[in-house]
Amino acid sequence: MIPVTYARYELVRAVRNGRFFIFSLVFPLVLFLLVAGPNKHEELAGVPFPVYYMTGMVAWGTMGAILTTGGRIAVERSLGWHRQLRVTPLTAREYLVGKVAIGYAMALGSIALLYAAGIGMGVRLPAGRWIEMTAMILIGLVPFAVLGVYLGHVLNAESIAPALGGITALFALLGGAWSPVATDGFLLHLTQLLPSYWLVRAGQIAFDGGAWPAKAWIVIGVWTFVGARLAARAWRRDTQRA
Amino acid sequence: MNQTAAGITTATTIELRGLEKSFGPIRAVRGVDLTISPGEVVALLGPNGAGKSTTLDMLLGLAEPDRGTVAIAGRPPDEAIRSGAVGAMLQTGGLLRDLTVRELLTMLASLYPVPVDVDELMELTGVADFARQRTEKLSGGQTQRVRFAMALVSDPDLLVLDEPTVAMDVKTRQAFWTSMRTIGRSARTVVFATHYLEEADLYADRIVLLAQGRVVADGPTTEVKAMVGTRTIEATLPGADPERLARVPGVAACQVRGEVVTLTCTDSDTALRTLLAAHPAMHDVVVRGAGLEEAFLELTADHHAPEEEA
Repeated sequence: MIPVTYARYELVRAVRNGRFFIFSLVFPLVLFLLVAGPNKHEELAGVPFPVYYMTGMVAWGTMGAILTTGGRIAVERSLGWHRQLRVTPLTAREYLVGKVAIGYAMALGSIALLYAAGIGMGVRLPAGRWIEMTAMILIGLVPFAVLGVYLGHVLNAESIAPALGGITALFALLGGAWSPVATDGFLLHLTQLLPSYWLVRAGQIAFDGGAWPAKAWIVIGVWTFVGARLAARAWRRDTQRA
Repeated sequence: MNQTAAGITTATTIELRGLEKSFGPIRAVRGVDLTISPGEVVALLGPNGAGKSTTLDMLLGLAEPDRGTVAIAGRPPDEAIRSGAVGAMLQTGGLLRDLTVRELLTMLASLYPVPVDVDELMELTGVADFARQRTEKLSGGQTQRVRFAMALVSDPDLLVLDEPTVAMDVKTRQAFWTSMRTIGRSARTVVFATHYLEEADLYADRIVLLAQGRVVADGPTTEVKAMVGTRTIEATLPGADPERLARVPGVAACQVRGEVVTLTCTDSDTALRTLLAAHPAMHDVVVRGAGLEEAFLELTADHHAPEEEA
């Protein structure tokens, strides 16, 4: 059980140190306003443009937000803080759960901001849709949370920021957060192997109501499993080093 | 749990048994046995690479021994740490950023079952003056004081300090040991690593001398200091009586080879005055300062089997 005071200060720190998540909050919002604004009354494949674009930006923004977990871990490792924590009662599990929780808090911030912007742009959905979409996005973020923990243990404080930026952009692009990469054929099957594809699809529940097929659960499950194994190995290697 | 003579169950007896640890081809610790009783202040003294930090890392559970066991009050290190019985000031490590000093200490205190009062701790350790400063804006000396406060946040029975003064200038170093004396000490077991003989001499009750991963001397500070913090008087003296020479004030040990006597001295000045007055036949007198490094080399040479790699 993580003490409340400890968790509170972790959150305070994350908010004070904006450099890791400010981009994941600001860029998707700005892009949404710039692109969806002029096309407010347009439709894309029968879907009002603002809602379509909002879901894409939510996928990009939350993915970026949750990957910042890696940045926090890498910086604390470079300070030797993980060693200091190991001479306190906080367990490694609690530490990592805390870090992932902070990542989710940042992702929820990104969601709230973009939903608000969407509503301002005229997006209207039944309450059930908002909830279902949000829940599926949070599940779709699990492999990215694990990936963040992994990267935080293998990259250092200097290299992690550009690495996270690049990885987020690549996943967003190939997953179709900005615009669909492919609608059929081989390329579609390829992009469907990415967790970001299904994260984008989770958002699209907003307008097509479609649940994830079995394939989505498998892809998300495999990425999470492999990521968790890699993260556990990286963590072990990191703690055994003198 | 150990029982003291008074029959009180003590909480902080430390037992290190047959500790060994290698990093690849480097054998950092080659068999360390130590028992530290409650309330003892022990200095792990040794040159760089002697295995001090690795030994402390194993004591704290930060490194897994290849062989041997660690017990703090009969428990493995992680259990002792979880109970708040152990506080540590590690050799390297910055402070967590984006918090004030007060917030950082409060955050750490919240992890312990029975933490100290943070405001009181800040007064005691002299960090109260900059309690509202962000940790990333502190000077080096201030940072060290905060790290010391961090080690005390659980009011530990055992305080472990890994070269606590290594980054400090002389003035800060003195201030550190002064505050250590007043707060660190009270009813605690203290184990600290240092490569300064003066620090060990000034502060510890007992010195454990480490060289090349082994304990080469272990005893009360005065004894070990006599072994390493010495000068040597060499002279020619026909018909020397080693036993008589060894009793001369300031002389710790005496060796006679033919007519050449070698006297290991804790106080060579006093010894010299007595010797020259008492032995008019003494001539070719040479006084040499035996540095710590030299003493280490000498001590290790005795303990170090030649077939082993460095």
